[in-house]
Amino acid sequence: MAILVDKDSKIIVQGITGSEGSFHAGQCLEYGNNVVGGVTPGKGGQTALDGKVPVFNSCAEARKATGANVSLIFVPPPFAADAIMEAASAGIELIVCITEGIPVAQMVEVKAFVNTTNSRFIGPNCPGILTPDGAKVGIMPGFIASKGSVGLISKSGTLTYEAADQLGQQGLGQSTCIGIGGDPIIGTTMKDLLEMFENDPETEAIVMIGEIGGSMEIEAAQYAKEHVTKPVIGFIAGQTAPPGRRMGHAGAIVSGADESAAAKKKLMAECGINVVESPADIGRTVKEALNK
Amino acid sequence: MKIHEFQGKQLLKKYGIPIQDGVMIEDLSEAEAALDHVEKELGSDKFVIKAQIHAGGRGKGGGVKVCDNREEAREQIERMLGMTLVTKQTGEEGQLVRKVMVAQEFDMQLLFYVAITLDRSTGMDVFMVSSEGGVEIEEVAKETPEKIVREVVRPGLGLRSFQARNLAAGLGLKGQEAKQAMGIFTNLYTCYREQDCSIAEINPLVTTPDEGLVALDAKIVFDENALYMHQDIAEMRDLDEEDPAEVEAGKFDLNYIKLDGNVGCMVNGAGLAMATMDIIKQRGGSPANFLDVGGGANVETVKNGFRIILSDPNVKAVLINIFGGIVRCDRIANGIIEALKELDLTVPVVVRLAGTNADVAKELLANADVDLISADNFEDAATKVVEAAGI
Repeated sequence: MAILVDKDSKIIVQGITGSEGSFHAGQCLEYGNNVVGGVTPGKGGQTALDGKVPVFNSCAEARKATGANVSLIFVPPPFAADAIMEAASAGIELIVCITEGIPVAQMVEVKAFVNTTNSRFIGPNCPGILTPDGAKVGIMPGFIASKGSVGLISKSGTLTYEAADQLGQQGLGQSTCIGIGGDPIIGTTMKDLLEMFENDPETEAIVMIGEIGGSMEIEAAQYAKEHVTKPVIGFIAGQTAPPGRRMGHAGAIVSGADESAAAKKKLMAECGINVVESPADIGRTVKEALNK
Repeated sequence: MKIHEFQGKQLLKKYGIPIQDGVMIEDLSEAEAALDHVEKELGSDKFVIKAQIHAGGRGKGGGVKVCDNREEAREQIERMLGMTLVTKQTGEEGQLVRKVMVAQEFDMQLLFYVAITLDRSTGMDVFMVSSEGGVEIEEVAKETPEKIVREVVRPGLGLRSFQARNLAAGLGLKGQEAKQAMGIFTNLYTCYREQDCSIAEINPLVTTPDEGLVALDAKIVFDENALYMHQDIAEMRDLDEEDPAEVEAGKFDLNYIKLDGNVGCMVNGAGLAMATMDIIKQRGGSPANFLDVGGGANVETVKNGFRIILSDPNVKAVLINIFGGIVRCDRIANGIIEALKELDLTVPVVVRLAGTNADVAKELLANADVDLISADNFEDAATKVVEAAGI
């Protein structure tokens, strides 16, 4: 089962002829053997990945020809907002945007537009999705995860690898790992994914790795309190970050009192989430929660 | 990206918003001409001298002074230029004042707060006004939240007339003043949109007996992702207001933020970097910096990272924590070896490498003739670095 993507997903890559796009598209193809095409306007009719997949001029063409239901976007920032909207217009069910540095005002419009369609959007500025032994839609290296029953949601890439690694040391695999991105505006929130993992029979526990800034973790925790029966293990990075300073991710900045790590952890714990103080304890804590 | 009050006001002026105008000077020799301009061109016989630093809370720190005559104004200019201004936002060390705005003075009656920014939870811009201007809006939000009036701007629709009217009414304005306020709100929104601001704030916007509404301050912050479209805005960046080590790091695509602690850290990825800082703290140490070497880390980035971390004299030990995904650990290891050989390192270095090619990397480090402490995992690394720092 897993969530969002599996071995039956049909993936197209927007920006497949760029250096990043072609490298990662190749990795995704190698992992799940389910990349069915690419999109680069003006390069329709060519092939990519050593002739293994066709390139189309538009998402609509690619969808028609391949039946693609997932699009992975590596288009440069000035054109990425348009690429997301194009994918949504073409009826692609799941859109994952890796691109970092899209202007916020453009993301405001993207979010409003995608909400009027049936597409689900993940990112931008995220590592994407990895369903072990199923599909890789993004830049997470395949070896970090193994098939199992823990759902992993994170704002951060390498912290996801760290968490997956710790789970592995406890003999625990993952149903699906999702990096949602650390930008101020993102397509899919922690709450949305908690709901999906709750409904996924394969997932037995959920790890939620947040950061300072914004209120998404709180909204997710409040949702979990009412609707999630599976154990949720949470961590918030940035307890040592000073207010007003942007810590790498555009969204990782404490601008209000309840956006600090301490405030978020407190509220999460009050909602019944198993909050981990040390980032080194994520794996152990999940194991304990599952053994209860 | 932040800009100075003076620059922000000039931008507002371009958008037809009435401002408290003046001249920005950097040297005492420019004072007379500036005072002349304010007196003759702007017709103000009183002066307001305002320190131009990027941090807020200047008034309470002595960075804003109203002067009744030229003599007083000159004294204040002399006092402020070169002073270290400490405000709630600068931290204890304060910020050196290099620029001063010599501004006209207004008789003010009511002080309002006006701002537009992004509401992350809805993904939409929100326009906020309050009759409690001239004070910290965070306090108003906490003590008397009912005194903040909001209008959500729908994407694609912009700030509509009825919304501008609601905002003006929320401030209790009527007649000509309400009409003028509506114009200011609409223009401020246009400025926010066209210039890709992340915050456009006027605090305070004041009513005056004879001159209508006037913006006495301007805090404008720009979305750095959009600067590629705004060359003129990008040129307003004042590197003097930023930490020199952070500016230097930016040249090498390193994301570095200086902190007060004594354990330097070099990590790939913002989330893991923050988590590394956290665990150092939990083990009794204190992080000296945030440093994300990014996804394209190589020998050069590692070397430059080291150099920048060690430019901070407080650093007693360095922790390198890399979880290789796309980044290959063997490349990082080579960078560490080169850096250790080239730089004259006087502090212990703890290295934890995991992920892609970690085995190769460990072998490289073990066989190289360099002095470092190897760690097996996240926890081990933090414990060892705090121990090595001798805290």
